[in-house]
Amino acid sequence: MKALLVRTVALAVLAILAGPSAAVAKTEIQWWHALTAVLGERVNDIAAKFNASQSDYEVKAVYKGSYPDALNAAIAAYRAKQPPHIVQVYEVGTQTMLSSGAVYPVYQLVKDHGVTIDWNDVIGPVKSYYSQGGNLYSMAFNSSTPVLFYNKDLFKKAGLADKPPATWDEVEAAAKKLVASGAKCGFSAAWPSWTLVENMHALHDQPFADHANGFDGLATTLKINGAFGVKMMELLQRGAKEGWFTYNGRLNKAEANMGNGECGVFLSSSAYIGNLTKASEGKFAWATGPLPRLAGFAQGNSIIGGATLWVLKGAKTEEYKGVAQFFKYLASTENQAWWAGVTGYLPISNSAVKAMEASGHFSKHPQQLTAIKQMQAGKTTPNSQGIRLGNFPSVRDAIEEQMENIVSGKKTAKQGLDDAVAKSSDILKEFAALYK
Amino acid sequence: MKRSVFPNRWLPYALVAPQIVITVVFFFWPAFDSLRLSLYRASPFGDRLIYVGLTNFQRLFLDDAYRRSMVTSFVFSFVVTFTGLALALLLAALANAKIRGLALYRSLLLWPYGIAPAIAGIIWLFVFHPSYGILPWLLSFATAYKFNWFLQGWVAMMLLIVAAIWKQFGYNLAFYLAGLQAIETSVLEAASVDGAGPIRRFFAITFPLLSPVTFFLFTLNMTFAFFDTFGLVHAVTQGGPGDATSILVYRAWKDGFEGLQLGYSAAQSVVLMALVIVLTAVQFRFAEKKVTY
Amino acid sequence: MARTLAQPATLAAAHARPRKTDWHALTAHAILIASVALLAFPLYYAFVISTQTLSEVTTMPPKPWPSTAIIANYAEAWQRAQMGRMLVNSAIVALGVAIGKIAISLLSAFAIVYFDFRGKHVVFWMIFVTLMLPVPVRIVSTYQVVSVLGWVNTYWGLTVPLMASATGTFLFRQFFRTVPDSLAEAAQLDGAGPMRFLWTILLPLSKANMAALFVILFVYGWNDYLWPLMITNTPEMRTAVIGIETLVPRTSQLPEWNLAMAAAMMVLLPPVAVIVAMQRWFVKGLIETEK
Repeated sequence: MKALLVRTVALAVLAILAGPSAAVAKTEIQWWHALTAVLGERVNDIAAKFNASQSDYEVKAVYKGSYPDALNAAIAAYRAKQPPHIVQVYEVGTQTMLSSGAVYPVYQLVKDHGVTIDWNDVIGPVKSYYSQGGNLYSMAFNSSTPVLFYNKDLFKKAGLADKPPATWDEVEAAAKKLVASGAKCGFSAAWPSWTLVENMHALHDQPFADHANGFDGLATTLKINGAFGVKMMELLQRGAKEGWFTYNGRLNKAEANMGNGECGVFLSSSAYIGNLTKASEGKFAWATGPLPRLAGFAQGNSIIGGATLWVLKGAKTEEYKGVAQFFKYLASTENQAWWAGVTGYLPISNSAVKAMEASGHFSKHPQQLTAIKQMQAGKTTPNSQGIRLGNFPSVRDAIEEQMENIVSGKKTAKQGLDDAVAKSSDILKEFAALYK
Repeated sequence: MKRSVFPNRWLPYALVAPQIVITVVFFFWPAFDSLRLSLYRASPFGDRLIYVGLTNFQRLFLDDAYRRSMVTSFVFSFVVTFTGLALALLLAALANAKIRGLALYRSLLLWPYGIAPAIAGIIWLFVFHPSYGILPWLLSFATAYKFNWFLQGWVAMMLLIVAAIWKQFGYNLAFYLAGLQAIETSVLEAASVDGAGPIRRFFAITFPLLSPVTFFLFTLNMTFAFFDTFGLVHAVTQGGPGDATSILVYRAWKDGFEGLQLGYSAAQSVVLMALVIVLTAVQFRFAEKKVTY
Repeated sequence: MARTLAQPATLAAAHARPRKTDWHALTAHAILIASVALLAFPLYYAFVISTQTLSEVTTMPPKPWPSTAIIANYAEAWQRAQMGRMLVNSAIVALGVAIGKIAISLLSAFAIVYFDFRGKHVVFWMIFVTLMLPVPVRIVSTYQVVSVLGWVNTYWGLTVPLMASATGTFLFRQFFRTVPDSLAEAAQLDGAGPMRFLWTILLPLSKANMAALFVILFVYGWNDYLWPLMITNTPEMRTAVIGIETLVPRTSQLPEWNLAMAAAMMVLLPPVAVIVAMQRWFVKGLIETEK
């Protein structure tokens, strides 16, 4: 009874503090995102541009912390029946969103409110990652894919030709020479699970999980302990032992070592281009290349990272109309080209790519073209359409933990991968059990 | 002793109401909810809630990452407590003399109490920094080993332990100093007359007499190391490298807030609750009887 | 135990042995000074770093004395992390929690000591049990509760849940029991009601305890980490101890440790200042609260 009293009082206070919101002329649309610094400013820019372009709707972009923070905030708000209209969710949250029953699919939203977006124009890997039954459930916004970076100065010092290694054999040879010539780190990678396991499998058309990587139903078992996975891990284990591969931590911790000029060859997200440009200014020259391949395996494609915009249920029709208009604005070729140009994220549509080529953008920023060309050269197969797992963050943790065991020599590659599969199955089954 | 009381019937209820309301809403309700949630499998958005009995707990105890986290927590807490207390006791014993300015020293030693563990962690993080920190630089003169807390779990642990001990040190020292000063010198003198040397005197007399202080500081430091160091871990190592510094509190938070595994995280909270109850009960049983009124 | 520790050593050594005491005293001084220095060293080092330029920070060997970039660094850190707003938030939380806790536990203790009422047992135990439920133990659930109330990311959510305090209640209860009964009797004879008694007699007597509790609670509120982390998700609502995390150089950012240290200094100054300024009460508070 006392709790009820408190709650009533609290809600009343909240109502007072929340202030009048209905009396605005423009319909307000809440957009929660997780981008900071320069990228955060660009988010504000695009919201401002949309607001200025029409007089019916006002998009309010609110920074809600990191990706997990923003997602938690959205969940809390949803449960309190006060969800934002749009929330930016990272790619590993896709299954969580799809299973939640709290989402208004984007293709549906757009159709319901008389807006046409040419979904076929969306570039393959992005479309496939966020679609179900051929329809896009979330709005593609900031997508990236991993590419290879190399330090030109260190290459020169080691007597290597000024071009990126294209195969893992070349990476190994280059890294060995780099270390021999005094480089502190021959080869390293950020986002270890994403670049070295998830993307490598997709790039070589190898399955990552059952049920077509979770696209044909909830995945319950990983398949990373097959011949390909073991071969990759053994390579890295040997590299660490021989000193040409340096494991520099999870997430993007390793970027510090590339940014301060220590590493010769490096794998990370194409979105790292901006930060690396800033970090290397006046210190060293670098360039990008496509991800290295392992000989003897098929051609797949690299997969997407980054985030998309999801629309939550529970708002009014009038407001959803505004969201649809905003998405139409975002999807226009002109705005896509602008957004991709200033952020370094991938342009979402093929038309945008063409527009950027036509405007000469890529001659000024050649590094941004690498990721696009890599994706255009790849083949979209069931194994490379993306990865959709429940509790994906925990699965990644499990994989990276075993990677650390393998790389440090504590376990053999097969043992480590088997353990990763066992642990992940546990996690995946937990999630699947929720939705039986 | 019979106390004089005021006769009002309803006033006392009004007076305790704020505390009781807050306690019920923000302590009991969540505590019961944790207990309840730990028996369920819950989806992040709240759309699914499936009763699973003790499955979460089963998973917990079969999970070797959780077992490791327990070991990490206990190792961390014990090392912080023992080392902290030993150092403080040693220094207090050496400094225990009838000197002027003890109060001044005490205040000069207590101020780290005002520093948040996270801030202490950030400062020590820099001191330990493999590229720019003063400590690895000094150590590089002694050994060629590259101390890199990003990569070596034990170095990361060391970093956290040092930061935690540093923060608590003055506090422990102040209590030991006060405790030592309260020991009657006549007892010690009688012992020395009997021929006991200073070390013997210390272990036979001083240390046992200090046991209430030691016990109190022990439980306090353990509680601090178990629960109040969340900020330290979150700000400095984020449980890494790997899960080398993933203490129980941090895991519970991470599984709940990043992993969105609500039932599993709640089960971890319940285990933590059990731990606190044990610690608190032990502390109150042996310390002053605050429980009776 | 608390009383034992609070007593100064009244048994002065009557058998003073001058020479031995001098030597002993010198060692004592030396050790204490060394301890003070060692304890202060990291802080000193942090301060030095906070005054250096970026290139000075990244070159080894490190320079052991303060440099010139002090204003630039502090200004930059202030601006980048929106320190002004965050320090205000921290102040609101620290003051709100301290004052709220003191007020609430004072009232509860008053009720428990000076009244007989049904359910007194239960009330007492309910308060006691909260000692066994620190925030880390109720993480996810407290968040659910707060979000149901719609208090996520608000000042209410930041302060109210922290306001119930068993330690404060016990402290005041202990103290009230030492207040002579005659005062209460006299008040009742005078026809004064209980609130009058509380306000005009008990409160002034409790000043020292309130000050002691204030210092402890202010520091606690200022430095609390887990709760603000869970409850806030916009930069405008964050408190200082979690907000400066954005300045700690991670991964691909420039190693601007000078800014991080400047921010750290700004954040630790208020609670340390409160401790130093109110240290008499701080020591009393530490000893009396024991948790």
